[in-house]
Amino acid sequence: MTLVVTDLAIARGGVPVLEGLSFRLEPGQALILRGPNGIGKTTLLRTLAGLQPPLAGGIDGAEDQIAYASHSDGLKPTLTVVENLSFWASVFGTHDIQPALDAFALTDLSDRYAGNLSAGQKRRLGLARMLVTDRPIWMLDEPTVSLDNTAVQMFADAVRAHLGQGGSALIATHIDLGLDAEVLDVGANKPKPSPIDGFDGGFL
Amino acid sequence: MIALLLRDLKLAFRAGGGFGLGLAFFLIVTVLVPFSVGPQAALLSTIAPGILWLGALLACLLSLDRLLALDWEDGSLDLLATAPLPLEAVVTIKALAHWLTTGLPLVLAAPVLGVLLNLPAPGFLWLVLSLLVGTPAMSVIGTFGAALTVGLKRGGLLLSLLVLPLYIPTLIFGAEVARRGATGIETQTPLLMLAGITAATIALLPFASAAVLRINLR
Repeated sequence: MTLVVTDLAIARGGVPVLEGLSFRLEPGQALILRGPNGIGKTTLLRTLAGLQPPLAGGIDGAEDQIAYASHSDGLKPTLTVVENLSFWASVFGTHDIQPALDAFALTDLSDRYAGNLSAGQKRRLGLARMLVTDRPIWMLDEPTVSLDNTAVQMFADAVRAHLGQGGSALIATHIDLGLDAEVLDVGANKPKPSPIDGFDGGFL
Repeated sequence: MIALLLRDLKLAFRAGGGFGLGLAFFLIVTVLVPFSVGPQAALLSTIAPGILWLGALLACLLSLDRLLALDWEDGSLDLLATAPLPLEAVVTIKALAHWLTTGLPLVLAAPVLGVLLNLPAPGFLWLVLSLLVGTPAMSVIGTFGAALTVGLKRGGLLLSLLVLPLYIPTLIFGAEVARRGATGIETQTPLLMLAGITAATIALLPFASAAVLRINLR
């Protein structure tokens, strides 16, 4: 499934943050989303995931294809690792969570309560959720926060396997994941200040 | 959908899940009323249906602010919104889980607490029946209020102010069924009105809740 974004403009809190953004995300392709803090990377991912409407422009091929991972992992502290993961698996209509547990080395932790996990372990569980969604396009927002080097490698391997199966990924990150991926720098898409029209200008 | 219901029930029963909060409040109110009113059996049995209904309503209100706020705080609401489940189904399941963990225990506890307030014998059946028909509306309306205030920190006050006026029709007709039942007058008209309100809220409000949730998640 190819994701096609054409001339997209988005806003956060009513303020336009990105405009004129166009790109294609083909099956098997990974895009690394870069740009300075506050440029609108998270807003872009939320817009593509369908959580907010764009100001202008078109998004094709995103409907029901996207698995989105935000800054927070959406874990319930009073459920165990397996219960958390099985819940998301049944919501997305899949059942086998073992490959996801294996990919992020969570098998030994499977009966622990998510509230007792360390920050890195929680993140691994949050990322394991992507594997049980069975969706072709992954949208990841700073996925490697609080991960150690081994876990970053686990994550990179999981992304590589996902790309190998014809999936695609859009990843907002500042570190080098060692993936064969193109970089999408949105720094240049910052909206120009709108010119002051004659009415407002009269007061200046 | 079943998975979400089971998860919410499991969360409610585990530590810090809030199951029993409404029930405990209901118990406290009905135990304290005879102390404050005084030992006048006749007066107590007159006000019993109204007090029980009011107690159940406030107990329901007490547990509303955690209905969606917890899922919003830990990010699962965002993830649920991007899942294949429509938001209308999510809010319906949330309301059902709230009713099962708050409304249903209140219905079951009401006859026991009715004894404390000297509720006349014919009133028990009608009290339970009216609560059984009325409490689902309170859960559904409460979910709507929770969806309206989901992004607000400490939105409990606003939630109560928004939801209380919407509870009034349910309270009027529900308490009327219980009162008429207790005094032996026919109860059909208020019971049908109560059932109508519940049916209408269940049919319409999930769409409104999902719509405001979509706006609040932006």
